[in-house]
Amino acid sequence: MVRYIAVKLLYMLLTLFILATATFFLMKVIPGNPFLGEKKLPTEIYNNIMEKYGFDQPLYKQYLTYMNNLIHFDLGTSMRATHLTVNSIIQQSFTNSAKLGIVAIIVSVIVGIGLGIVSALYHSKAIDHFTSIVAVIGVSIPSFVIGPLLQYFFGVKLGWFHVAGLKEPLDYIMPTISLAALPIAFIARLTRSNMIEVMNADYIRTAKSKGLAKSFIIHRHALRNAILPVVTYLGPMTANIITGSVIVESIFGISGLGKYFVLSVSNRDYTVIMGVTLFYASILMIARFCTDVAYVFIDPRIKLAGREGNG
Amino acid sequence: MASFTPDPMRAHSTPIFKPDDFKDVDKNHSSGPEMQRESISAWRDVWLRLKSNKMAMFWLAVLFIIVIMSLVGPLLTPFNFRTNDLLNTNKPPSSEHWFGTDDLGRDMFERTWMGATISLRVGLFAALIDLFIGVIYGGVMGYFGGRIDEIMNRAAEILYSIPSLLIIILLVVVMQPSLFTIILALGITGWVNMAWIVRGQIMQLKNQDYVLASRSLGAGSARIIFRHLIPNTIGPILVTLMLTVPSAIFAEAFLSFLGLGVQSPAASWGTMIADARSSMTVFPWRLFFPAIFISVTMLAFNLFGDGLRDAFDPKLRK
Amino acid sequence: MNKQQNHQPMLEVKDLRVSFDVREGEVQAVRGVDFHVNSGEVLGIVGESGCGKTVTAQTLMRLIPSPPSRIKSGSIRFLGEEILHKSEKEMQQLRGSKMGMIFQDPMTSLNPTLTVGRQITENLMKHLKMNTAQAKTRAIEMLKLVGIPGAETRINQYPHEFSGGMRQRVMIAIALACNPALLIADEPTTALDVTIQAQILEVLKELRGRLNTSIILITHNLGIVAGLCDRVVVMYGGQIVETGTVREIFSHPKHPYTEGLLKSLPRLDTSKSEPLIPIHGTPPDLVHPPAGCAFAPRCGYAMRICQRLDPALIDCGGTQAARCWLNHSKAQEAKA
Repeated sequence: MVRYIAVKLLYMLLTLFILATATFFLMKVIPGNPFLGEKKLPTEIYNNIMEKYGFDQPLYKQYLTYMNNLIHFDLGTSMRATHLTVNSIIQQSFTNSAKLGIVAIIVSVIVGIGLGIVSALYHSKAIDHFTSIVAVIGVSIPSFVIGPLLQYFFGVKLGWFHVAGLKEPLDYIMPTISLAALPIAFIARLTRSNMIEVMNADYIRTAKSKGLAKSFIIHRHALRNAILPVVTYLGPMTANIITGSVIVESIFGISGLGKYFVLSVSNRDYTVIMGVTLFYASILMIARFCTDVAYVFIDPRIKLAGREGNG
Repeated sequence: MASFTPDPMRAHSTPIFKPDDFKDVDKNHSSGPEMQRESISAWRDVWLRLKSNKMAMFWLAVLFIIVIMSLVGPLLTPFNFRTNDLLNTNKPPSSEHWFGTDDLGRDMFERTWMGATISLRVGLFAALIDLFIGVIYGGVMGYFGGRIDEIMNRAAEILYSIPSLLIIILLVVVMQPSLFTIILALGITGWVNMAWIVRGQIMQLKNQDYVLASRSLGAGSARIIFRHLIPNTIGPILVTLMLTVPSAIFAEAFLSFLGLGVQSPAASWGTMIADARSSMTVFPWRLFFPAIFISVTMLAFNLFGDGLRDAFDPKLRK
Repeated sequence: MNKQQNHQPMLEVKDLRVSFDVREGEVQAVRGVDFHVNSGEVLGIVGESGCGKTVTAQTLMRLIPSPPSRIKSGSIRFLGEEILHKSEKEMQQLRGSKMGMIFQDPMTSLNPTLTVGRQITENLMKHLKMNTAQAKTRAIEMLKLVGIPGAETRINQYPHEFSGGMRQRVMIAIALACNPALLIADEPTTALDVTIQAQILEVLKELRGRLNTSIILITHNLGIVAGLCDRVVVMYGGQIVETGTVREIFSHPKHPYTEGLLKSLPRLDTSKSEPLIPIHGTPPDLVHPPAGCAFAPRCGYAMRICQRLDPALIDCGGTQAARCWLNHSKAQEAKA
């Protein structure tokens, strides 16, 4: 177990290292820098700035400094808002993102699993058809379409919710739907097909042959086995929520990290772009790591030694 | 249920025998009906199953219409996607401008089909790159296995563990935002899934008897890969391709929505939605048309892809 | 020794017909099956795959999902009660307590995410109303009974920690935990290695003597039947084609299919030069069952009438009966 965790952690760090290196050199490939932009700065000021950001140093030195800072969790200073460090930007704006993201994850898991199980148990009935429609819509309609449409109908036309902002609990509803639609669709589909498969498994027949009641069989023998694979979706779901939040926060005017990221991209604020990318990647890795470790605990069949690496 | 019903098949309690009843059957003539099923080739079988799936066929027809309209649509009106008409801005749909006009007076019908062209082009190129890199990478991983597989798999895993949209955004920041950049970025990140699917299929297939037989007869690696393994992997490859397209369409629209994709005056469904948002309270049709078309297109690819998967592997159908 | 034995058999199946509705039409999987099992007796049901033996067995416990299956007619009397008239609730009371079942594949028949112990005790707690401690004691007892060493620790392990043979022993322990009157064993050894097969049969044989449980042993292997069963029912194409005691069937089979099964069996007691003879051809199409004898197309002795009329079970003396025109007095005359 310790070995398994250690290996996983090592790969996590390796991935982050490669990503950090790649982003660093990518940003260096860009001709010029953000300060060479619109209006020409006086040479002296320009040189001062260059020195402040270490741009006057040879490339390998810049890289080493950058890596050294990273080890100390220092992501550098913003190139636009020069008084702000990337760390402080993340600290400030991630709270909103995290709140929304966690709500969306919880809603996705509960609604997705619920829909999946109910539609598997009432296979080919109305609720099953409803779930397939939800699943197809969730997969096919992008968040940047759902968001504006929700805003138009429920915000503008019906006036039920605020079009933008994240001040009261009700404000969470529309962004959460936009964000959770895709994960709900995935989880519902996954749970449904697992549940159908499990209900046809030999061991369910064994349970029936013991004379156990159907409700007991479902909750004791089927549910757990059907939900298990959903755990593996936790990693990709985090990725979906992160990418989704980039759009959804911009649409609903939520001052979160996603919105800031978009802003920094259009401002070409390279340190922020690099920092936020690494931050997102770390969150994702941690989610993946937790998934892997959790799976070992939940599923007694997994032997730690030989697990096929596949996402 | 328990009652005994008279049954014609059991009416032999008092049979009327014919004189030759107890003579042996002439064995030279066929005895009884032969149990044989018409053998259908695998491809025909797939096509028959697909054809009987009304849902899949309907969405295939929708796809067909969208493709045709993306080519023909722009010719149906006298307007042009880039011509501004500042006297006719933000007009609702009319007999002249079927989908209305935008804030610069450009015809929305023209722009919508322009968006379709861009989406389909991105989807097509993404699928081609997927096919090229993914199949080769996955094929090599699966076929050679061992150390090579392990290293290549780790590399793919690292690439996969970063949200692809982040990588795409990084690349677009470095290069100029354009359709080419998007396609390139999609190409760099999009093939991992395909590679894994091909790898899995090939690993499963390569130990099967006919491949072992072929190898024992001295067939080379290339021959085994192209004659035996690839043809038997075609089904999952096609299905994956069909599902790559909507995610590529999504990625392009996503980036264009953020202003990182197609630049004005060219029109993408993503930019059209982004432009429409500021004035959607007043001019909602500017939001509706691109929103409906991107959703229907993605829906069509997803549902046709599902149908295709069912047709290739009827066991998966639930 | 048992009251029921004097009056009526413990299990009596009459004219059972079960069909499946599939796209191609109605598959008549079981076409009028009659048999009985006496208390403490072991009945073998033998036939190749698709002959209806598993469907018959699962219908006894009403385990077969409906749709697509449909019990068209017949009666199953078990311990004096009609099974086919029972509600699902009543069946649940019966399953696991009065009748237990073991299945072909022990690798998939146990829930991989529950300990073996829980899978035995849930049975006991439901039917015998035992508390956790009692159920655990009984479960350990059962595991010992079926020959699992170290039962006290094994009980907390998961199925994947058991070998195939050990899992099948666990399945037997589960099925017998509540001391049922009838154990249905559906191909209990087919998925196992030959040496393990022998061990499992040994377990069944021993328990048979100790628990006075009636057993229905379903198999495609006549060899297994010989060592364990009292009587045999041979099924073909959804019908019983021959029935009799093991001795009767093995010493003078009266149906060409039974004869074929015996000839395809390797034997130790005959000269080595005698070749094994396979039965050629394929089983009948049960969507369109033939008008005549279902076995006629594959039968070396087929007569004209065999293609025209389906024979009834014809008494062959003793307890033996066979569904074959060869046993009809007219055929005997013609041959003579």
